[in-house]
Amino acid sequence: MLSAIGLECVRGERRLFAGLGFAMRPGTLLAVRGANGSGKTSLLRILCGLLAPAAGTLTWNNAAISEVSEEYRASLAYLGHLNGLKDELNAAENLQLSLRLAGIAVNEAEALAALEWSGLRERRHQPCATLSQGQRRRVALARLKLSQSRSLWILDEPFIALDTAAVERTRDLIVTHLAGGGMVALTTHQDVPIAAPMTLLIELGA
Amino acid sequence: MSGVLDAMASVIARDLRIAMRRRADVMTSLIFFVIVVSLFPLGIGADPVLLRTLGPGVVWVAALLACMLALARLFANDHADGTLEQMVLAPQPLSMLVLAKTAAHWLTTGLPLVIIAPLLGLQFNLDAEALLILLASLLLGTPTLSLIGGIGAALTLGLRGGGALLALLVLPLYIPVLIFGAGAVEATAAALGAGAHLSILGALLLGTLVFAPWATALALRIAIE
Amino acid sequence: MTMPDIRWYKFSSPQTFYPLAGTLAPWFAIAAAVFAVYGLYIGFFLAPTDFQQGEAYRIIFIHVPAAWMSMFLYLVMAGWAAVGLAWNTRLSSMMAIAIAPTGAMMTFIALWTGALWGKPMWGAWWVWDARLTSELILLFLYLGFMFLHAAIEDPRRADRAAAVIAIVGAINVPIIYFSVKWWNTLHQGASVNLTRSSTMASTMLWGMLIMSIAFWLYSIAVVLVRVRCVILERERNADWVKQLGART
Repeated sequence: MLSAIGLECVRGERRLFAGLGFAMRPGTLLAVRGANGSGKTSLLRILCGLLAPAAGTLTWNNAAISEVSEEYRASLAYLGHLNGLKDELNAAENLQLSLRLAGIAVNEAEALAALEWSGLRERRHQPCATLSQGQRRRVALARLKLSQSRSLWILDEPFIALDTAAVERTRDLIVTHLAGGGMVALTTHQDVPIAAPMTLLIELGA
Repeated sequence: MSGVLDAMASVIARDLRIAMRRRADVMTSLIFFVIVVSLFPLGIGADPVLLRTLGPGVVWVAALLACMLALARLFANDHADGTLEQMVLAPQPLSMLVLAKTAAHWLTTGLPLVIIAPLLGLQFNLDAEALLILLASLLLGTPTLSLIGGIGAALTLGLRGGGALLALLVLPLYIPVLIFGAGAVEATAAALGAGAHLSILGALLLGTLVFAPWATALALRIAIE
Repeated sequence: MTMPDIRWYKFSSPQTFYPLAGTLAPWFAIAAAVFAVYGLYIGFFLAPTDFQQGEAYRIIFIHVPAAWMSMFLYLVMAGWAAVGLAWNTRLSSMMAIAIAPTGAMMTFIALWTGALWGKPMWGAWWVWDARLTSELILLFLYLGFMFLHAAIEDPRRADRAAAVIAIVGAINVPIIYFSVKWWNTLHQGASVNLTRSSTMASTMLWGMLIMSIAFWLYSIAVVLVRVRCVILERERNADWVKQLGART
């Protein structure tokens, strides 16, 4: 369970938000909305532990995340603005090496299946530099598909640059994860309805 | 434990594979090294005795500069494409992943310098024994340069004018390595024996191995905030 | 039991430290002036002429205290920066950034007076003496700290990044010093050693001691004034600073 009490975020001179609190139990979808610059990405980065909040505490299973940071990171899958792909490597290599870095063991067949799911099977030996923006996003999503063992997903604009079919697939992936007792925190500009056992909505900059 | 080693191996494998596909990057710092060393005889004259005296220092200073030049690349690309975030969020300790990255960086920038250095030493009339000590001192010293440089590279990540700042931060810290590295070769030339110098270089390497990855990891966390 | 803690905590807040620093700074400045006048009087009028170095040696009354302060201030600066990094206390980081220019100035004075002293002693403005070389490297370390801090826009990130380089520098200072010393003995560089070349008269020692106290007091006064500026700049959006502005 991830809970936040009194989170405050200050970037430069501006206080983006303060006094933010919530509790995410298994099956919870946390949807963060707000205009550009309202602090959505900052909030997600705080949830990951990439950014320290100006005030407030964040606990994972009732322990401060700074205390259990390795355990917390082992329960976390993060998809940021940036896809985390190396231009010089192809989709298959990127997928394989990033999963190994994250400590997720997958075999060849599973990796291939994830790329198939992403619709990149044919292009898997192409350097990522030659892929389109949407295709790169799909490589990153293939990594997410293989991160089902991670209970908490933190997704920054997961649907960006995707075509309709890919948006559908990604939404199904998120719904399945939630139904299986996972937790998802996401930001999105697109209106993609996601069915979840429990939904929390945070409106920033309101 | 095996998780840490596996993650480190994946970082090294990734960086080596990228280096293989971007050989020009690797070659650039190597050629820089060769050119800088070759400039000195042109600047100070071709007197063989003078060159022999200056040789070790020149090769070492050039190695220092070449290492520094390559540092800007250490984290910059990872920062730009988001792989650095994924590294920070990996369950393994960041300092160990930093160590792996530094190792890969040394293999692709430091080691080529070490291998080519004896050839440049020949241009400065160094004898066989001095060449051997030059090789040994660079072998022990250049990993220290990569490790210390990692701290500077992490601190200047994403800053405007980061290159010059990186030099200002890192070069003063390189001084002990320079003194004992070049000193080792000079001591051999003066028939004093280079054992003490090489031992100190080894001690410096061990010290930085413990301390530098930790400081670099700290600096990286600050840089990506 | 927690009373002293509370008081410390109180003064570690920029808001309460600001007026305190304002009250203390003039007293330190006055005391610094008094000690400096007395120290210089000893240095120029009471201390005997050195039988080897003549009158030129009198520059040590500036050179030696400046060199001591330059090294000491670096450690103090790194200490404050480390505290700021470890406990996230804003005032500590502000102290570090307020100390840096004074430390760099002390280093510069030590280098400059060293060169002035070197000319009559060695016949050259600059020799690669171990101590002069170390001072030069120390100046680079100060500049690195200040430039890194200045290059990062977000002040908290700047504090933390600069703290890392300050700590790394502080660990390296002794290593650099000893390696430079080793290098210097191998290359047989020139070195003026006052204690060995002449038995130092006790008036000289007194003069240096008094001047060191003066440099201490001066540094404290200047740092207090500068930290007030840093506090105002950083906290300009805080209510108490706005009230301060409204009152004057």
